[in-house]
Amino acid sequence: MSEHNDIDGVSGRSTTGHEWDGIKELNTPLPRWWVLTFYATIIWAIGYWVVYPAWPLVSGYTTGLFQYSTRASVATDLADLEKLRGEKMAVLGNASLADIEKDPALLALARARGKTVFADNCAPCHGSGGAGAKGYPNLNDDDWLWGGSLDQIMQTIQFGARSGHAKTHEGQMLAFGRDGVLKQDEIVTVANYVRSLSGLSTAPKFDAAAGKKVFAENCASCHGDNGKGNPELGAPNLTDQIWLYGYDEETLVETITNGRAGVMPAWVGRLDPVTVKALAVYVHSLGGGK
Amino acid sequence: MNKPVSPDEFITDEDGPLYAARKKVYPQSVSGRFRSIKWRLMAVCLGVYYLLPFVRWHRGLGAPNQAVLIDFPNRRFYLLFIELWPQEVYYFTGLLVLAALILFLMNALGGRIWCGYLCPQTVWTDLFYAVERLVEGDRRAQMKADAGPMTVKRAGRRVLKHAIWLMIAWWTGGAWVLYFADAPTLVRDLATFQAPAIAYIWIASLTASTYFLAGYMREQVCVYMCPWPRIQAALTDEWALNVTYKYDRGDPRCSVKKAVDIRALGEKAGDCIDCNQCVAVCPTGIDIRDGAQLDCIQCGLCIDACDAVMTKVGRKAGLIGYDNDINIQHRLAGKKEIFKPVRARTVVYASLITVVCAVMLYALMSRTLLDVNVLHDRNPVAVRLSDGGIRNGYTLRLLNKRGFDRVIAIDVDGPPDAKLHVIGADSVTPDRPMIVLARDTTTELRVLVTAPIDEKAEKSVPIIFRITDIGLGEVASATDHFVLP
Ligand code: SF4
Ligand code: SF4
Repeated sequence: MSEHNDIDGVSGRSTTGHEWDGIKELNTPLPRWWVLTFYATIIWAIGYWVVYPAWPLVSGYTTGLFQYSTRASVATDLADLEKLRGEKMAVLGNASLADIEKDPALLALARARGKTVFADNCAPCHGSGGAGAKGYPNLNDDDWLWGGSLDQIMQTIQFGARSGHAKTHEGQMLAFGRDGVLKQDEIVTVANYVRSLSGLSTAPKFDAAAGKKVFAENCASCHGDNGKGNPELGAPNLTDQIWLYGYDEETLVETITNGRAGVMPAWVGRLDPVTVKALAVYVHSLGGGK
Repeated sequence: MNKPVSPDEFITDEDGPLYAARKKVYPQSVSGRFRSIKWRLMAVCLGVYYLLPFVRWHRGLGAPNQAVLIDFPNRRFYLLFIELWPQEVYYFTGLLVLAALILFLMNALGGRIWCGYLCPQTVWTDLFYAVERLVEGDRRAQMKADAGPMTVKRAGRRVLKHAIWLMIAWWTGGAWVLYFADAPTLVRDLATFQAPAIAYIWIASLTASTYFLAGYMREQVCVYMCPWPRIQAALTDEWALNVTYKYDRGDPRCSVKKAVDIRALGEKAGDCIDCNQCVAVCPTGIDIRDGAQLDCIQCGLCIDACDAVMTKVGRKAGLIGYDNDINIQHRLAGKKEIFKPVRARTVVYASLITVVCAVMLYALMSRTLLDVNVLHDRNPVAVRLSDGGIRNGYTLRLLNKRGFDRVIAIDVDGPPDAKLHVIGADSVTPDRPMIVLARDTTTELRVLVTAPIDEKAEKSVPIIFRITDIGLGEVASATDHFVLP
């Protein structure tokens, strides 16, 4: 503290002795309650150090009298949440897929659950909105390799396609070129024929009759005589405008030559049954479901 | 005005004290014009506060029948015929803006009249003072008792005073929680100890704060804690009317007898007889004759006190009154007093208040009780179907603010031959999906719109979703876009 006994000339009051540009600070004492409140906050802070975790140590920290831990309280909150969720999910578990779609409350619940599960598990391949990518089906459109009804979607999610699971969907697009079943010119011809099925343009010198013959002998067993596909075998409809790998001649030749065998993993065992149910409802409601 | 204060009035040892003990204020009771205004305003304010939760308002099945209710669990706010939803909290912003503007206007007209007459701190402190005087006597009796020894009788009065204070405080805290739940039910639950813990916690904390703020902190809240005096000091102008000691008339101060002598000599004697009544009644313990000051809450009690004195000595009342320095200067210069309530700032405040009121009223009257918002799917924005058609997905959020369920039909306008599919909807007539909107809720719907592709079509066309209440015919719509991949 400075040594001074300075009285302000105008007000006649003592000053603190501080002066800035000729302006002096009057010594106006604080009210007692204010000062006491200030001291109380200091004491409170010390109490806080003792009661709650406060001081970092070399390894760890002081834990405080109550061993309070934010991590533990988050864990409790999460457990509560899981419990709450469990109760709601049990309702879903007891309802049939069709019932869920009919009841607005259940539908909203299933969609909400399905949406988060989809984002966690399905989005890496199918995209966050289910729009898919080359080789990964778009789940918003109305074309389904393995069928788009609620039950079929659920089946596919559970067991996958070519996933190795005992109940998985099986079905192969053979490698007609690599395995020497078809010659190169036959492959080009049938590729053009397939394009013509969807009303796409064909190569100028393309022999439609030859293409039709090759198709009937090699492809019709899976894709059907008219190329409409077969969901039992996962054989795509070749007459529509949706193509999983692309529809230009080069891509089709590549497909016919080397075959295709995309894999959808089986989710049974990885996701619980109620979650799979919610996921099926969600995917169905994306818009493509039949 | 700022007369020099003698140094020995203040402690001047070395660096001065670290703190100063509060000097207890013993405001004397007073009666008069402003006091009776204050009593009436107090009755109105407290009456509204304590009784409002019990006012009933019939809203129909399932809706609360309380006139004013803040329903946190269901996220609704009810004010008479108005029901506000969380997304309408901007009304509260409007109310706050309005409150601030009204405060500014009051300030421009009459200084801190809010502080002196309507501020809860003032109202409750005033009530506590009244209790104190009733139990322990007026200023003189209290000062004498405080100076003397503690007697049984005095202790008994003390206890009684605190008991009454605590009861008022407790009632105050109790009334507060009644705004957040059905009042009669809550009262019963509170009495049978079945109310939620949070209710008891709130009552306890408001009881404590009322008791301490009105019983102990009193004027210190206004002087040290409240930001408003600082703000209003920056807002005010020279025309605002403040409680003012008219020193042009009052000074030099002298007793009635002396004044007669001085006047006989032909010299000027002031009207103030230096009786200190204005100081004795002041709830903040200040001397208004020192001029306008931060500590003055503009309660007008010193006016009443001085008017009584002036009447008694046969002088004109109004030595202290709502006035301003300009008028003092005018009178000193022999000019006429002027009052200017209509000035640039009051006009601006008043028109802003009118505008905000009008906007809020319009918003309130024109708001819909049926509403729809639309959100376009972002990923994917559009889907090509196997037949070459295009489909866009949307999320519709429907609001039914009415107190009953209603059947809603959904239509779409925009792309030619558009087909609408609402997931989870019923279709009574083909292509017109219907849905039941539960009362007082929002509902989210997934909606798919399919349209055949037209090679010449634009990349994006506007699309309008229209929802119609089948029963009432109320319609709401929302616009978005239908896009091609
Ligand atoms: S000076 Fe007068 S108006 Fe101001 S607080 Fe005191 S009594 Fe009230
Ligand atoms: S009450 Fe009036 S007369 Fe008495 S001291 Fe105050 S101003 Fe002067």
